[in-house]
Amino acid sequence: MTNIQGIVSSINGPVVKGLNMGSFKVHEMVTVGKQKLIGEVVSIEGEIATVQVYEETEGLKAGEIIYSTGTPLSVTLGPGMIGNIFDGIQRPLEKIQDMSKDFIPEGIGLLSLDMEKAWDVTVTVNVGDKLNPGDVYATIQETHRILHKMLVPYNVKGTVKKAQPSGKYTLNDIIVVLEKDNTETVELTLCTKWPVRKPRPMKERLPIYRPLITGQRVIDSFYPIAKGGTIGLPGGFGTGKTVTQHQLAKWSDADIIVYIGCGERGNEMTDVLEEFPKLIDPRTNRPLMERTVLIANTSNMPVAAREASIYTGITMAEYYRDMGYDVAIMADSTSRWAEALREISGRLEEMPAEEGYPAYLPSRLAEFYERAGCVKTLNGQEASITIIGAVSPPGGDFSEPVTENTKRFVSGFLALDKKLAYARHYPAINYLTSYSGYVDMLADWYEQNVASDMLELRHKMIVLLQEDEKLNEIVQLVGEDVLPNDQALVLETARMIKKGFLQQNALHAEDSYVTLEKQYKMLKCIDNFYEEALKCVKMGIPISVIRKESVIQDIMKIKYDIPNDKLELLDDLNERIVKTFADLRLKYE
Amino acid sequence: MKKEYLKLEKIEGPLIVLSGIVDAAYGEVINIKVGNEETRSGKIIKIEGDKVIAQVFEGTAGISTDNASVSFTGEPLSIPLSKEILGRTFNGVGQPIDGAYQVISKDRENINGRPINPVARRYPKNFIQTGFSSIDALMTLIRGQKLPIFSGNGMAHKELAAQLVKQAKIKGATADNFAVVFGAMGVRHDDADFFRRSFETAGVLDHVVMYINTADDPIIERISAPRCALTAAEYLAFKNNMHVVVVLTDMTSYAEALREISSAREEVPSRKGYPGYLYSDLSTIYERAGMLKSCEGSITLIPILTMPNDDITHPIPDLTGFITEGQVVLNRELNQKGVYPPIDILPSLSRLMKDGIGAEYTREDHADLQSQIYASYSKVQDIRSLAQIIGEDDLSDIDRLYLDFGRELEGKFIAQGKNENRSITETLDLGWHILSILPVTELDRMKSELIEKYYDYSRER
Repeated sequence: MTNIQGIVSSINGPVVKGLNMGSFKVHEMVTVGKQKLIGEVVSIEGEIATVQVYEETEGLKAGEIIYSTGTPLSVTLGPGMIGNIFDGIQRPLEKIQDMSKDFIPEGIGLLSLDMEKAWDVTVTVNVGDKLNPGDVYATIQETHRILHKMLVPYNVKGTVKKAQPSGKYTLNDIIVVLEKDNTETVELTLCTKWPVRKPRPMKERLPIYRPLITGQRVIDSFYPIAKGGTIGLPGGFGTGKTVTQHQLAKWSDADIIVYIGCGERGNEMTDVLEEFPKLIDPRTNRPLMERTVLIANTSNMPVAAREASIYTGITMAEYYRDMGYDVAIMADSTSRWAEALREISGRLEEMPAEEGYPAYLPSRLAEFYERAGCVKTLNGQEASITIIGAVSPPGGDFSEPVTENTKRFVSGFLALDKKLAYARHYPAINYLTSYSGYVDMLADWYEQNVASDMLELRHKMIVLLQEDEKLNEIVQLVGEDVLPNDQALVLETARMIKKGFLQQNALHAEDSYVTLEKQYKMLKCIDNFYEEALKCVKMGIPISVIRKESVIQDIMKIKYDIPNDKLELLDDLNERIVKTFADLRLKYE
Repeated sequence: MKKEYLKLEKIEGPLIVLSGIVDAAYGEVINIKVGNEETRSGKIIKIEGDKVIAQVFEGTAGISTDNASVSFTGEPLSIPLSKEILGRTFNGVGQPIDGAYQVISKDRENINGRPINPVARRYPKNFIQTGFSSIDALMTLIRGQKLPIFSGNGMAHKELAAQLVKQAKIKGATADNFAVVFGAMGVRHDDADFFRRSFETAGVLDHVVMYINTADDPIIERISAPRCALTAAEYLAFKNNMHVVVVLTDMTSYAEALREISSAREEVPSRKGYPGYLYSDLSTIYERAGMLKSCEGSITLIPILTMPNDDITHPIPDLTGFITEGQVVLNRELNQKGVYPPIDILPSLSRLMKDGIGAEYTREDHADLQSQIYASYSKVQDIRSLAQIIGEDDLSDIDRLYLDFGRELEGKFIAQGKNENRSITETLDLGWHILSILPVTELDRMKSELIEKYYDYSRER
């Protein structure tokens, strides 16, 4: 039904009102005016509809026509997404560059995946096969590591009536024809459309039990992320949100990464584009770009498309989840998305709630985070979506509405701290105020795959750090020298945890990614030091003597000196620690 | 035939409302004839049915509902551009105010520009030597970066910006392809003169384009001034392959003008009365800096803003910091101590420096030295607050060395003369010299081989 037409009556930035639009549907995609700007209907009152436009509205006139498309705002799902970079409404930026050079104009129309490209398709069904929703009917090797599976849609069930032989096909070619029980036929191609605001169906939710290994010590050892979990990552500017998100995108052991640059800097996306193809995944030895989908709606691009970008990203993630993959989404930053909501809400003249944000902010955030999870897909596979949402609280104040509401809907909270960032303690994740609700759920996994005492060790270290924090308050008043030796040892050990373990250099080849095994052994060394030194302190050996031992420097430099593949060196170090302090005790006996 | 509308429905602050209009385009420029003599211009900012709301650039003083006639140009606000703009001075809407004629050119560009496609960007990598030790060593400016100066009223940001422009050594820039674009929003006349004089004494005035909106000029022009400046910069950089440094001052006045107009439009305010779109609006200014893969030119953007009440969490510095690639923060206490430039290094940061320093661009030890100075100076702050309680005499020997280090860093490294232009080698050597106050065991961020090579063992401790 593309013959329904509305008439532009008022224009206020990206918000346009149209007359004669009573038969349009809410969330329907429309094209506006002579330039065919892309927009979406957000509300209808009588014959007047409000449309948010995803492109610059400069030059638009009252009286121009609004055309209906009959479909809600949708993305095209199919091979060709991985390694690609899209804007907030899934238009490939490289193609836009071919069309218009360096700047993004308005009125370029709706583009999505490359429809011309021929893919090598393996058809996996034969005539007469009975197919259920979610069954695979064809596969495509999309990149070296990702096998793209074409799935029967959730509402289709039937018998294969026609199947093409394997070969080269483009996205719109009909591969399989299914006959439903009521003899209706359904043609299956290599792509499908899905409305972005509607979660894709799955069979059931599964409990969370596997961690997302990130290679970042403060995360994996202290505040783990679970596959299927939701994490908030708040931090004021300059605290390293983006570097942390990049690190997670690089090293997480997810099968697919969807990175949404939502209202952030253009150069950061350029950085990802230049860096990721060069980076090699330590697990597969293939370029990281072969598992990454990028969505870039930078801060200066139209604000309504920024609002859509989050949904575009999660819909793509769900599509790959349905194939049985573990997908992780990095959204940088959800605050910019919330601000886009606020900006549009203001132009719609809605009644504002806290700090001008619309009253539906919490429900929108909840809807987004609830699309994460560990699930059983329609065809019975186990798969997951993990969401890591960066939050940019104004002034670094965590009590503002977006951070507060995010906290309600995520189970893990990695708080980036300005004070740590100023001291160049990176990653500046606060080791005391952060939390992870997944520790208990992952306990079994850690016990079986790392070490039986891993979580115990973690707990001990956190307690030491808490004690250190309390002692530091005293030290700030009276200086460190007056503390008794056992307390001074706590400070010394905490220093070791902070500098030797928690601080991690993202730019250092050896330190950027650390295996769980090494993390565990590092903690073990620190623990060993603490216990051995404690014995010495209890004998009355002064802390100043203990501090002179060179093993302390060795422990501090493990992260640089001992490579991930030479962990036996850590066993030597452990022996050295024990021996050093045993010798010391002998001297004082 | 051009239609003229003779009746205004409403005049409020800088805005006028007309009704009975057909065929008006959002964002187009209108001409307003006031009385018989004067012509002003304006821009349509909202269309509601047959009603049009426009903002008037020169202000609405003297306009009544029946002494004005309005005609529509059908075009968005654009300025003519050619290389002749170098050496010229314009107002906030791109009209010359230096007594000469408007530039004649077939190239006219919409001052709003269009967003750069992230795919078309080239990641900025080359280091710019500013001659300031603190900036070059600790928050290195990179060609194509946007690095704002967060200042406060009465601090030396003008001098800093002027000296920086004078001393900046940009890779690939020669006398012919170097330009400065200066945009002033709501500044005092003497501030505008200060910049002009300092460009003159530096002998670069022929390479400078100025867009000046002084404090007594209409606030609407304050909104367009930085956009004119950046449109000119884009023209020079991306059409003529020049290396352009853009200085914008003062972004705080700009944001206040935005707030004033927003409140005249009766929009829902967000933090501190600023409109909810302040972030998006600022980004359409800041994000115009950068480099493109398709050409050699670059736009390096140095916006200056004064933090109201020296508060870095105020919406203007806060939102700026979220968009720009770092910040240079000035500190009142250092300023009072007479340290010039009064750069507070701990909150200052350059996000792009990681890729623009090191053996290839500056020197192998740069990254470690930077990290060590930060870590040690941050410790100085802790020790200072301890010393305030227990007195300097009761500090441990190591702590006292830290205090010496802090004093020397501020007095000799951060502080420098108004004509002192240090090379990067001088800066890094000086950094090592001062760091050598601390014993080797305290240098925990440094690779051992660098300590061997650069540490000054001869210093007395």
